[in-house]
Amino acid sequence: MMTPGGELPSVSGSLAVPARPLAHRARWRRWLSPLPLLTGALTVCVLALLVVILWNVTAGGVGRLTWEFLTTAPKEGMTAGGIFPAIFGTVFLVVLMTLAVIPLGVATAVYLRYYARPDSAFSRLVRVAVNNLAGVPSIVFGLFGLGFFVQFVGRGIDRSFFGGELTFAQPAIIWASLTLALLTLPVVIVATEEAMRAIPRDYLEASYSLGATRWQTISRVVLPNAMTGILTGGILAVSRGAGEVAPIMFTGAAYFLPYLPHKLNDQFMELGYHVYVMSTQSPDVEATLPILYSTVLVLLMLTFALNALAVLIRSRLRRRQVAS
Amino acid sequence: MTPPQMKAPGSHLAGSAPRRAFPLRVADRRRDQIAHRLIGLAAFGTIASIILIFVFVGKEALPVLTSPEVHKEVTVGQMLEKVEPRPGKPKTFIWQPVSDVPKYALPPLVLGSLKATLVAILFATPLAVGAAMYSSEFAPRRAREFIKPVIEMLAGIPSVVLGFFALMVMADWLKVLFGWKYRLNATTAGVALGVAIIPVIYTVAEEALRAVPRQYREAALALGAGPWAAARRVVLPAAAPGILAAIALGFGRAIGETMIVLMASGNAALWTLSLSDSIRTMSATIAAELAEVVHDSAHYHVLFFIGALLFVVTFLVNLAGEVYVGRLKRRLSGIAG
Repeated sequence: MMTPGGELPSVSGSLAVPARPLAHRARWRRWLSPLPLLTGALTVCVLALLVVILWNVTAGGVGRLTWEFLTTAPKEGMTAGGIFPAIFGTVFLVVLMTLAVIPLGVATAVYLRYYARPDSAFSRLVRVAVNNLAGVPSIVFGLFGLGFFVQFVGRGIDRSFFGGELTFAQPAIIWASLTLALLTLPVVIVATEEAMRAIPRDYLEASYSLGATRWQTISRVVLPNAMTGILTGGILAVSRGAGEVAPIMFTGAAYFLPYLPHKLNDQFMELGYHVYVMSTQSPDVEATLPILYSTVLVLLMLTFALNALAVLIRSRLRRRQVAS
Repeated sequence: MTPPQMKAPGSHLAGSAPRRAFPLRVADRRRDQIAHRLIGLAAFGTIASIILIFVFVGKEALPVLTSPEVHKEVTVGQMLEKVEPRPGKPKTFIWQPVSDVPKYALPPLVLGSLKATLVAILFATPLAVGAAMYSSEFAPRRAREFIKPVIEMLAGIPSVVLGFFALMVMADWLKVLFGWKYRLNATTAGVALGVAIIPVIYTVAEEALRAVPRQYREAALALGAGPWAAARRVVLPAAAPGILAAIALGFGRAIGETMIVLMASGNAALWTLSLSDSIRTMSATIAAELAEVVHDSAHYHVLFFIGALLFVVTFLVNLAGEVYVGRLKRRLSGIAG
């Protein structure tokens, strides 16, 4: 395509393929032409949005962020004191959620990869279900949690084990965590599948040729090798679950509790819900605002730290795969 | 968070287990069978949960259509009817479930959701598609490796934090900027919603742009187009269905989003088209009212009815978006071989 001394006749109003002598001009054009400039500017705008939000929350919240703030309970109608019960409730909630979502998600991923024929109707149905689960609005999960877990399962348990006495048929941490487990299920399934795709098939063939059953292969070869990916999925699920408020509003989160939750059917305080309550229902906004800012900062740091950790683990995993 | 795109794995190990030359120990075989059953059960669990969501939200919504108890207070016809707010005043749609004569007009709520979503799409699409185009077509590799994770960080901000930011900070800025009387309205909520859906649109649009085969660009360059003419006239049209799907997924996310609109929309169910009036969305109505409502009352069932509407709408929008993306990918990969 070398055309000595210049340019081909223009086809679509723009100039020809840059030949070597024009290389520097081509680079100029590439950066100064409207489309790269415009899209570059839009990219900067998106990044600026993130910076503005982070800067505002950090600047507003960092002043009050003390050890005492993290370890004491709210006082005087949430205009003083700390957020310890909310942190405790959030951790308790996501631990229960993880216990439910990891086995279910990993088993589903194992099924899709090692049991189902990829083109079978059942496995296609599972995929459609997982994809749609990821798109259900979080408030609908809240409605479902109330209608199914609290009203249906909870009432069933009360009727059969507690003689109809109100024990589990009310908002409780177990129901909130199970609702969140359903919401985060797709995250775990996708991450686990990705990790299992990276396991070399030689490993599996070696295992089978030694006479191992499918279950032995999965439990001793697949799962240990997919552990990092499963861990990433778990972390992402926790990060997602810790930030969701709509699904737990009617399934267990409480405005204020004088005690920490210690039974499965206790209600609990949670960071995100605490932020919502303090920003919309505070009797004294001026007095609450500094505490509110610090609470938002804690929540944001928690979810970002978890996300960053997942990204880090995942990129190390990828590098190892490339190396092997 | 982006909706996961799942590919069929095509594993050679799927299906039946390999045949073996020697017999298994009974215990091993039994364990293998039990594991098979449990794992199959878990997979069935995901199908069951989407069905259960459908059944249990639908079950509580159904009395709105069938129960005579509920019909004493409200019927579907009345939910679409205008009434006089006070005798002699012009008729309008009123959502006022807690009053002597409860009124359950849905149109203002639907309109509120649509207004916020419209603003969100108008705000997010140029930014997200522009950024997707920049990082897939023009950015140097190192810049791209920086931009993508940072925009995905935006997806990691909990919606309650965005709601807080919109309520406490952004509303004041926008009020000064536009000279509004009230700071919480459709535009405030819509812009905050837009921030929430930028990563959704960006990720899917970027994927669609990158799915355009390299041959397209090379052919355009070979014909004498400059890099940006190639991007605008060849790559963008080829990826257009994927970008539309990205916007559809953003729409699905925005219309169901709750905390942002609950905190930043003003929560007044008004029947106006103005974008500077307060709105009350379907999702925010459920979130604000369900906690205080009497179990099994008409109000309770109407809220589930709204939830069922939201569920059906997002389900259809997401399905359409997914089918579209899948078809586009198949077509492009068919060409690229």
